Amino acid sequence: MGFMHWFYSLASPPHVYRLAGRACPWFAGLAGVFLVAGAYGGLVLAPADYLQGDGFRIIYVHVPSAYLGMLAYVLMATSAAIGFIWRMKMAHGLAVSAAPLGAWFTFLALVTGGIWGKPMWGTYWQWADARLMSELMLLFLFLGYIVLRESFDDREKADRISAILAVVGVINVPIIHYSVEWWSTLHQGPTIAKLDEPSITMDMLIPLLFMLIGFTAFFGWLLCKRLQGEILNREKRTRWVQELIRGASA
Amino acid sequence: MHIFLLILKRDLRLAFRRWNELATSLLFFIIIASLFPLASSPEISQLRDYGGAVLWISALLSSLLALDGLFRTDAEDGSMEQLVLSPAPLGVIVLAKITAHWIVSGVPLLLVAPLLALSFYLPLEALPVFIAAIALATPILSVLAAIGAALTVTLRGGGAIIGLLMLPMMVPVLVFGTWATEAAVQGDNPNGALLLLASLAILSVSLGPLAAAGAVKVAME
Repeated sequence: MGFMHWFYSLASPPHVYRLAGRACPWFAGLAGVFLVAGAYGGLVLAPADYLQGDGFRIIYVHVPSAYLGMLAYVLMATSAAIGFIWRMKMAHGLAVSAAPLGAWFTFLALVTGGIWGKPMWGTYWQWADARLMSELMLLFLFLGYIVLRESFDDREKADRISAILAVVGVINVPIIHYSVEWWSTLHQGPTIAKLDEPSITMDMLIPLLFMLIGFTAFFGWLLCKRLQGEILNREKRTRWVQELIRGASA
Repeated sequence: MHIFLLILKRDLRLAFRRWNELATSLLFFIIIASLFPLASSPEISQLRDYGGAVLWISALLSSLLALDGLFRTDAEDGSMEQLVLSPAPLGVIVLAKITAHWIVSGVPLLLVAPLLALSFYLPLEALPVFIAAIALATPILSVLAAIGAALTVTLRGGGAIIGLLMLPMMVPVLVFGTWATEAAVQGDNPNGALLLLASLAILSVSLGPLAAAGAVKVAME
């Protein structure tokens, strides 16, 4: 019993399916409350920035997306590694479900970064910005993972091979991030408005924290839904899935 | 004889018998580098500005091409299965294969790159740093490309995917390599970038073969 029992129970697809189903409404509720509160606080209550005006308000979408892109990659690599080491199909299922979400959040971070860049830098895309560049590389890593998975017909092989790629990738993510950061400090162009670390006030910060929690819960909700779909797809030949489908359609 | 030396010797012999494949990746490197002046302008000042970048990008691309078939021919003729089944640790075998490939593709590149660098008007004083940076970078590139080759060994159109998988991971090599080159050209101290390249080389040579071996093992199952 205890931890190992709990850990092994996660190898059972119906158990994980029910677990994800039970977690879904919690995540959804949490996301709803915090996103609405955070958006109200960020868009209405927080004062306009004295340098950037109302333009700064995009951080309430940009920062959570960028953070979730990173979180999704780490989550994907960790569960892929667990799946590889203990041969747990459900952990691979979680990694597969996290990958497209992470790619979308990273993409969202790039787009909102570009929209933010227009009033700040005068251009949508600034090659010299380290954060944009390392987000772009993260997006490529996600896409590489997805494309590699899709190239295998055999699901088990796809699981195990892509797990190795994810682990190699997660070791590389900080190296890529810091190399790009050093590179951009070397090539600091005159066009970049060198904004100091924004001394963010409490009434700006609290909505941001709310949005971070809300986005994470939203991610958790999507992840549970995707994981359920992934499990149904993987286990479609088993009796419990067919009974479940029959029960749902009846 | 130790398994490392045995595999190294075997792969070197095979490589020299198929010398056309060796020449391909080296020529690829030279051709990419010589396309840039055509695409841009051949003025000395401009060549000097982007010459370093051109050589580094050419080195990245040609390393991908050179290692594309690292495991494929062995996987196709069945000898890879024997290597996987052998009692020797697969990581050592993979390291030997990568070393053999580095000798036949990395070392010629090391010899040709300085000549190309001179043709891009890289100052003579900067040449030792450039050679040192390329010498540290080619093993990293070989290991990364080998991981890509191992991940895609059973896929039909492996080559293009390797680029997508591995080029983002080669970014640090590109950054530190061009940084060292640029520092040397401008008379700054390039040691920081060289040391970073050296630590990346140690990291990739010690861990990379294990990742590649894991991927080969899965692919052969």
